[in-house]
Amino acid sequence: MSIELHDVRKAFGTNVILNGVSLTVEEGETLAVIGYSGVGKSVLLKSIVRLLEPDAGDVYVDGQDVSTLHRDELYDLRRRVGYVFQFAALFDSMTVFDNVAMGLRRVRMPEPEIVGRVEESLQLVEMSGYDDRLPAELSGGQRKRIGLARAIASRPKYVLYDEPTTGLDPVTTAVIDGLIIKMANELNVTGVVVTHDMKSAYRVADRVAMLYDGGIRFIGTPAEIQQAEDPVVRGFIEGNPKLAQEAVA
Amino acid sequence: MNQAWTSPAAWVGRSALETAGGFGRFGGFASSVVRSAGDVGTWSRLLISHMARLGVESLPIALFIAAFTGIVLALQASYTFTGAIPLYFVGVLVGKTMILELGPVLTGLALAGRVGANIAAEIGTMRVTEQIDALETLGYDPLAYLVVPRVLAGIIMFPVVVAFANAIGILGGWITAINLLDMSTPQFVRGLRLFFVQFDIQYSLIKAASFGLSVTAIGAYYGFHTMGGAAAVGRSTTQAVVVSSMMILVLDAFWAVVLL
Repeated sequence: MSIELHDVRKAFGTNVILNGVSLTVEEGETLAVIGYSGVGKSVLLKSIVRLLEPDAGDVYVDGQDVSTLHRDELYDLRRRVGYVFQFAALFDSMTVFDNVAMGLRRVRMPEPEIVGRVEESLQLVEMSGYDDRLPAELSGGQRKRIGLARAIASRPKYVLYDEPTTGLDPVTTAVIDGLIIKMANELNVTGVVVTHDMKSAYRVADRVAMLYDGGIRFIGTPAEIQQAEDPVVRGFIEGNPKLAQEAVA
Repeated sequence: MNQAWTSPAAWVGRSALETAGGFGRFGGFASSVVRSAGDVGTWSRLLISHMARLGVESLPIALFIAAFTGIVLALQASYTFTGAIPLYFVGVLVGKTMILELGPVLTGLALAGRVGANIAAEIGTMRVTEQIDALETLGYDPLAYLVVPRVLAGIIMFPVVVAFANAIGILGGWITAINLLDMSTPQFVRGLRLFFVQFDIQYSLIKAASFGLSVTAIGAYYGFHTMGGAAAVGRSTTQAVVVSSMMILVLDAFWAVVLL
């Protein structure tokens, strides 16, 4: 079982974002999706759980065609897919405990079990003891960790990470990267990590896909992408604007 | 130059299309909310807290407005009736006007500002900070979680608030009548009972329930469809208050035509 995208297309008005993206995420792997800002990485991620509906193409999760799922089937599927938002998207009126417990309460887990599961999830992201804090009392990195704890609390099979390290200092970035690896190793989570941070991509990913001009420009292991000769890929991974501009010209 | 002046026909056409589109989008939203009401397990445990927030916390402003409205009504009635109409008609005017019109409408307008703006701003902020997307990823239907309990709380609590407002308005009128006008309590009560029919109360509460529905649904609609950042939340909040205030006046006329 895996995540598969076939010829996915999405436009906002006349602005074509995804123009026939096909991609497979194998079970147990972590795939990093890299690309310039605004290239459609988050759109691709949101299409997987139908937070955005593609204009054309198919998305399959565990063999289920996401676009044809009825409301209840869709919510069932979403409970199997954790989602870590770029700015954490914590419920600002709730404590850390209630944020992490939200998904568990949805499935009517008994309260004593919820307490245990929340504590376990907070331990995994190294945030034990923060149960009673409000999101406003946390730093950016801490919020991201709570977002991750919330995403993994229901022990999903898949976790989608939307720019999990954007805006963080290098040390906190390394901590978050470590947690992503920990989720894959300890919880056997299949992950899709959207990022434009190459260091993070190399650290966490089994494979790296580069999204460019509405399609997948390159897909391969971190070692393979570092050997890529495509100037568009090289320009991006080396952070070399001149090379990237020459490639476009 | 303003488009309305350069090409008035095109501007009118575009505005008509936008308005019709807006009604269509609101209709789609309303039908989705009705469908989400089937998810009783999600909204039922939130209903009481929303009823408290929306109803109980709105009482002070509603009662403040009603008390002063009752005072002014009594004074203006006495001023108008002097020498021509028996003074106990002050009770008629205060009672009828508070129950049929000013109680529900002034309370509705006040709550459009307080409740409608609050709902639009809260849901709008959740939209732009991806909290609504987060709800969806956790398996919640955001309409069942955010909209249904607020709308139901509005339908239930607006009539309660209006009933208190009516009572306080009449109380204000009575206190004014016996202290500032040359009236006794039996005179005021005589006027109050003169043309009173049970239907007046029903009419007042039906109007209040419809105001509750429109204020909460319009606030939720604008909040839910907020796109952008802080400025967009501000825009949604303003639109919610303006449109729901207009809707209250439209519904006020509608119920007068249909029920009176």
